[in-house]
Amino acid sequence: MGRFAVTVNGAVREVEADPDTPLIYVLRNRLGLMGAKLGCGLEQCGACAVIADGEKVLSCVRAVSEFEGSEIVTVEGLAGGGELNPVQRAFLDENAAQCGYCTSGLIVALTGYLETTPRPDRQGAIAALDGHLCRCGAHPDVLRAIDRLLAERADGV
Amino acid sequence: MASNPSLANNPALDDWLAIGPGGTVVVRSGKVDIGQRISTAVAMLVADELDVDPGRVETVRTETGLSPDEGITSGSYSMTQTGEAVRRAAATARRHLLDRAARALDVDPATLEVDDGTVQSRATNRQTDYWELAEGKPFGIDVDPEAPLKPRAALRHVGTAAAARGMEDIVRGRPWFLQDMTRPGMLHARVVRPPHYHARIASVGEAVLDRLASEGVHAVRDGSFLAVAHDDEYRAARAAERLAAAVVWDNGDGLPSGDIYDSLRANDRVSLPVIDGAPVEAPVPPPGEPPDGATATLEARYERPYQMHASLGPSAAMAEFAEGRLTIVSHSQGIYFLRAAIAETFDMAPDDIRIVHAPGAGCYGHNGADDAALDAAIVARALPGRPVLLKWTREEEHAWEPYGTCMSMDLRASLDANGAIAAWSHESFGDTFMMRPRSGPDRIGPARLLSTRFLADPLAPPVMGPAMGPHVGIHRNLDPLYDLPDKRLVKHLVRGMPLRVSALRSLGAYANVFAIESFMDELAEAAGVDPAEFRLKHLSDPRGRAVIEAAAERLHPAGADCPEGRGRGIAFSRYKNIAAYAAVVMEVSVTDAAEIRLERCAVAADAGEIVDRAGLAAQLEGGVVQAASWTLHEAVAFDGGGITSRDWETYPILGFDNVPEFETILVDPGREPFLGAGEATSGPTAAAIANAVYAATGLRLRRIPFTPDAVRAAALA
Repeated sequence: MGRFAVTVNGAVREVEADPDTPLIYVLRNRLGLMGAKLGCGLEQCGACAVIADGEKVLSCVRAVSEFEGSEIVTVEGLAGGGELNPVQRAFLDENAAQCGYCTSGLIVALTGYLETTPRPDRQGAIAALDGHLCRCGAHPDVLRAIDRLLAERADGV
Repeated sequence: MASNPSLANNPALDDWLAIGPGGTVVVRSGKVDIGQRISTAVAMLVADELDVDPGRVETVRTETGLSPDEGITSGSYSMTQTGEAVRRAAATARRHLLDRAARALDVDPATLEVDDGTVQSRATNRQTDYWELAEGKPFGIDVDPEAPLKPRAALRHVGTAAAARGMEDIVRGRPWFLQDMTRPGMLHARVVRPPHYHARIASVGEAVLDRLASEGVHAVRDGSFLAVAHDDEYRAARAAERLAAAVVWDNGDGLPSGDIYDSLRANDRVSLPVIDGAPVEAPVPPPGEPPDGATATLEARYERPYQMHASLGPSAAMAEFAEGRLTIVSHSQGIYFLRAAIAETFDMAPDDIRIVHAPGAGCYGHNGADDAALDAAIVARALPGRPVLLKWTREEEHAWEPYGTCMSMDLRASLDANGAIAAWSHESFGDTFMMRPRSGPDRIGPARLLSTRFLADPLAPPVMGPAMGPHVGIHRNLDPLYDLPDKRLVKHLVRGMPLRVSALRSLGAYANVFAIESFMDELAEAAGVDPAEFRLKHLSDPRGRAVIEAAAERLHPAGADCPEGRGRGIAFSRYKNIAAYAAVVMEVSVTDAAEIRLERCAVAADAGEIVDRAGLAAQLEGGVVQAASWTLHEAVAFDGGGITSRDWETYPILGFDNVPEFETILVDPGREPFLGAGEATSGPTAAAIANAVYAATGLRLRRIPFTPDAVRAAALA
């Protein structure tokens, strides 16, 4: 066991874990943040995505020890002050999920894309979902959520 | 209308609906919400019949002993059975409550009006409400299956697009799934699986077991079933890996590794003619000669491989064994059947087992959910008093879930001088789809649960007889809805196939409709007739005609307006010939790398009276996307050493970069019975893609999946 200090959703958290423990186990089991999902443990499906220092990363393989000093934001941290962020709002408005297991990963990936891209577009947003899988076939509604988001940005909403 | 088994088996109104505390209306359903949004539709139906705000309607999770037993959530029956049942339950409750209100207010019931549960008479100023009238007591009456429904014009919610229940929890990442549950004192468990079905433990490294025990890892072994548990999830996962490395397996003969399509033809089989959608115990008629006057006779063979549910989240279950009672939380689609099978496994009374449903990752069929429930129960019984959350790994889910069987379809038809079909023959070969756990003789229920094969007292996987109902298993949608004069339909249930199988979304309909609707295009071309016209020429069912016409109007399959380099294909079916009608037109292009790109898709469907437009569209479109993934990418691979499709690289699925632009037309037939739409587009999608690829390239693809290699091979053939 080692002790690690990680900054998650704005708060410094001290956790005890084996040093090679992948970040997702710490988020879910030590910090009670269940938004990131364990889908494969192989960095192949995107369900475990979180934001670290502004960039989307997958949390199912890389060890917690690698994230000391990083600022991590999980899907739970996107709704600062309780208001949904624009991506969450668009997913809600478009019912862009069936079972919802992949959804937080998609929301995190799109949030990361929008925050790091001055002029986002549909193609770029779809590319940001490269490596994210959905089995229910919610894709058409996810794409509608993307279109809604991009239209809102164009309108300055 | 046929009687609704959900109501026939659960007639009491109190089974379905309660005027609950705190101004709520509590609705129980035996069908579980698997992302098909049955709970959203149920809330809309109840809100309208009772005149309450949908926010008052609590749709509670399904649980044995409390929820009505509605069998399995399958067959696109959620709306047909549950939707219809709760609607009549709400109508019965409303009538009963208004009778009471009339007495309480001493007015004519006809003068009563309800606004969000508050009942008022136009004749007086006095009012009451459902909660005052119900006094927290049960109704004590049965649901009237003929209880009059409100006229459509008076509906406020049914027929609109609703916000899906639970969506806010999901977008906020709140705990929602079974995998997110936690309990005080909970252990995390993992199974150590053999390399394949036929391997058994020869020896387990005792030194490793001792070391793990000294680290607080519990190992549970029963025969060749081996699992570990620890209060730290990652340590449990690591312990399973370490233990796996220390097991010596007796691999037996390994998996038979012959060609599956050869096996479908060569193995022993049970062959039955299919008449009016159902097999009959009779000799199979030999193939006839083409009828007199036949101008052309075509033959073609179509094939689909083993394919998997491939849920995005591996299966999981929570179990706790205390004082002789077992509590299980499962994402099974049939918790009563699962309870019976687990009770028989352990020789327990079903009443000593309680199973509560919690959502897992989307599945649409029988994946590892039920197996994981047994696995968790085995571990929990070995460690009584501790809640056990057992999760499968990605590799386990891919390699051990029961797949949809491979199938092979031989079609043969003759055209007459008018270009009409004069004779039709269709033979389907495949393994069973009917392997869900359930009660039955000879421990057949337990034997369908994976890990019973590996126990010290093992059960052999059962050999299923042919399913005999209409449109079940291999022969689902074997009988086309078209008006055909001379049909020869045959089902071949093939024995001795190599892989574990059970129900996958739409069962045999996916393969049968793929074959029928591909062949219809081949016949249309031989007849020199437009593909949509050719179908209409053979279809008198007006609702079927309407969806074909609606889809073809948006994207005409003959493609006069189809962009250069693209092709369009149409396909149609009525699921099980009794559920929703669906027509799909797909527009594709094929890249220089032989990849099929899905450009546009028009879907038209008639699923009976529309309840939740958003949920209905999501089922239809989601069905297209999932079937497109099966059709373009998916085939379970294996060799003598076991399943080799063990992750998302070795079993790829469709990504977000190849999703067509949808135009989805919901044909509204007015007040017609709910037909169920969850599996309506699976079959048509496969054929629409095949027909579109043919239109774009002249290549006729008859074996799924249509990978770039398959496209190239067809081009070279």
